[in-house]
Amino acid sequence: MARMIRVLVAKPGLDGHDRGARVIARGLRDAGMEVVYTGLHQTPEQIVEAAIQEDVDVVGLSILSGAQMTIFPRICELLRENGAEDIMVMGGGTVPDDDKALLKQNGWAQEIFTPGTTIEAIVEWINSNVKTD
Amino acid sequence: MTQKDKIALAKEAWSESRKKMQDRDYKFETVSSLPVNDLYTPLDIGEMDYQRDLGMPGQYPYTRGVQANMYRGRLWTMRQFAGFATARESNERYKYLLAKGQTGLSVAFDMPTIMGYDSDHPRAFGEVGRVGVAIDSLQDMETLFGGIPLDRVSTSMTINAPASILWCMYIATGEKQGVRSEKLTGTIQNDILKEYIAQKSWIFPPLPSMRLITDIFAYSSEHVPKWNTVSISGYHIREAGSTAAQELAFTLADGFAYVEAGMAAGMDVDDFAPRLSFFFNAHIDFFEEIAKYRAARRIWSKRMKEKYGAKNPKSWMLRFHTQTAGCSLTAQQPENNIVRTAYEALSAVLGGTQSLHTNSMDEVLALPTEKSVQIALRTQQILAYETGAANVIDPLAGSYFVEALTNKMEEEAEKYFGEIERRGGVLPAIDQNFFQQEIADAAYQFQRDVDKKRRIMVGVNEFIQDEPADIDILKIDPQIEKDQAQRLQQLRRDRDNNRVGDSLDALRKAAYGTQNLIPFILESVRSYATEGEIVQVFREVFGEYREKPIF
Repeated sequence: MARMIRVLVAKPGLDGHDRGARVIARGLRDAGMEVVYTGLHQTPEQIVEAAIQEDVDVVGLSILSGAQMTIFPRICELLRENGAEDIMVMGGGTVPDDDKALLKQNGWAQEIFTPGTTIEAIVEWINSNVKTD
Repeated sequence: MTQKDKIALAKEAWSESRKKMQDRDYKFETVSSLPVNDLYTPLDIGEMDYQRDLGMPGQYPYTRGVQANMYRGRLWTMRQFAGFATARESNERYKYLLAKGQTGLSVAFDMPTIMGYDSDHPRAFGEVGRVGVAIDSLQDMETLFGGIPLDRVSTSMTINAPASILWCMYIATGEKQGVRSEKLTGTIQNDILKEYIAQKSWIFPPLPSMRLITDIFAYSSEHVPKWNTVSISGYHIREAGSTAAQELAFTLADGFAYVEAGMAAGMDVDDFAPRLSFFFNAHIDFFEEIAKYRAARRIWSKRMKEKYGAKNPKSWMLRFHTQTAGCSLTAQQPENNIVRTAYEALSAVLGGTQSLHTNSMDEVLALPTEKSVQIALRTQQILAYETGAANVIDPLAGSYFVEALTNKMEEEAEKYFGEIERRGGVLPAIDQNFFQQEIADAAYQFQRDVDKKRRIMVGVNEFIQDEPADIDILKIDPQIEKDQAQRLQQLRRDRDNNRVGDSLDALRKAAYGTQNLIPFILESVRSYATEGEIVQVFREVFGEYREKPIF
């Protein structure tokens, strides 16, 4: 039987814009996933620690502070250092197109969802990218 | 047959014939999911008593506005929120805005400043100067206002948890310019309650935070009498996803909590209430917003007079700043945001705002470019000088719909006040996650409606265009973080570190006691102690706030 997909929704950085993170967390939960939400003001170290401890398949980073080009590479580096590079990293927020392309090219994020994305689209992406057997 | 009966009969007949007509398949409700009727008549405002419920402008209960002549006397202040990178770059932007005809300044700080970290702190990594200007010490504040005489400009500062520190830096900058604190005009946001509720930029727990706020009230009434000591904010509550009625109710409830805190600290309500100001959102649902502003004035004045016993009419007046709704803008086809912002600005003006920020079309993507800021400011100038909207005071009064909706807003707010009271007040309700859950529910509902196309957003789920937006994006050079950190380290070498140490020790001692903290903060700031160093003293004494993450 397929197991439940586990997702960590994380809010790095110092800003408090958690509307998106909370809406996504709830949407994923309603779609049948197990969701852990870190709460605000998390450092990359705290996020990676939580991801490993909670044994998640995916980390979703919500970024509205403009700090995407420092946060994503740092998270990937820490996942690798901890032997957890199998955990997928996706992100969402106000990420300009050039940054989005760079993040994906360098493998710092598997996917970036920008404003206007439906919850269904994110659910679908996770379902088709996470192996549950 | 009375006039009322005649209207009732006519309405019934109309309603019968109307039934034969097919309506569009659409949810006819406000953006807050409040259902609205298809028609409003005198029957919907049957109980209205003009003098009791509306009155004249500049008179209790101020439904029609706080000034007797409103915009015929003075237009609203056009106040564009700005700040990025370092004090030097922001200083140039301010001078540019003043030269373009802007009439007040509004400072945006970066996240490390907002959260009380110096630019070289590890937690500041990657965030220095990104969403606002980095201010670490009095030195930066002096640069920020270099060449801008503080007795000639009013300045609003969006700062909350460390508001007391940035305010002291502003006062000290005035001293350096030879401007006495009595002459300073402006606003600090200083609204910590909505931080716990919605914006989430807190540092300390609620009780010491409230002490800092009442210390500011007391110091201001003596030394900075023209300063607005708090800007009680619904803006962020709305941006976090609340409905209009929730924005109205939670914001006013916060206001009452500050009034009660000031009175509990031993002040006379009329000593500080005239300096309380408000900050609301102008969302896209035109009439709902206008009704919200009108209801806000009426509710506030009634409570201040009747419940808190304020005698000074200035304590009864709800004065407010408005910003158009960032959350109503779309990343898709960003030029459309110019139009959205213009409608929202019109609602704020018809609702009687005292000052206004219009968002730039590209703010949904990044900080705005100079060109888009200019369009946003021009939007206000066209509104003020071309449309005629500023000619007549409260021009929508008497509209059956607007009056009925104003009443409805008041009614909804009163229901929330009852609920908050049952929960023991604002602080216990925060602790119970009441506001946070209400807002999260409304935000989720809205997103589901958009996803399912029960609600249309142009360019997002209808009228979609595939070409990417051709729009310039303002980029912040990562080098500025290094430069700012270097300047800060230089300052730490150059200043009189004995004086810094002494002033911080005195501050710590005072924080453990019950004295007013402002003179001690001011002395620390004058010695060029950094914001991070002062906040660190408070962290030691007061501790830090943690929220329970819910979704």
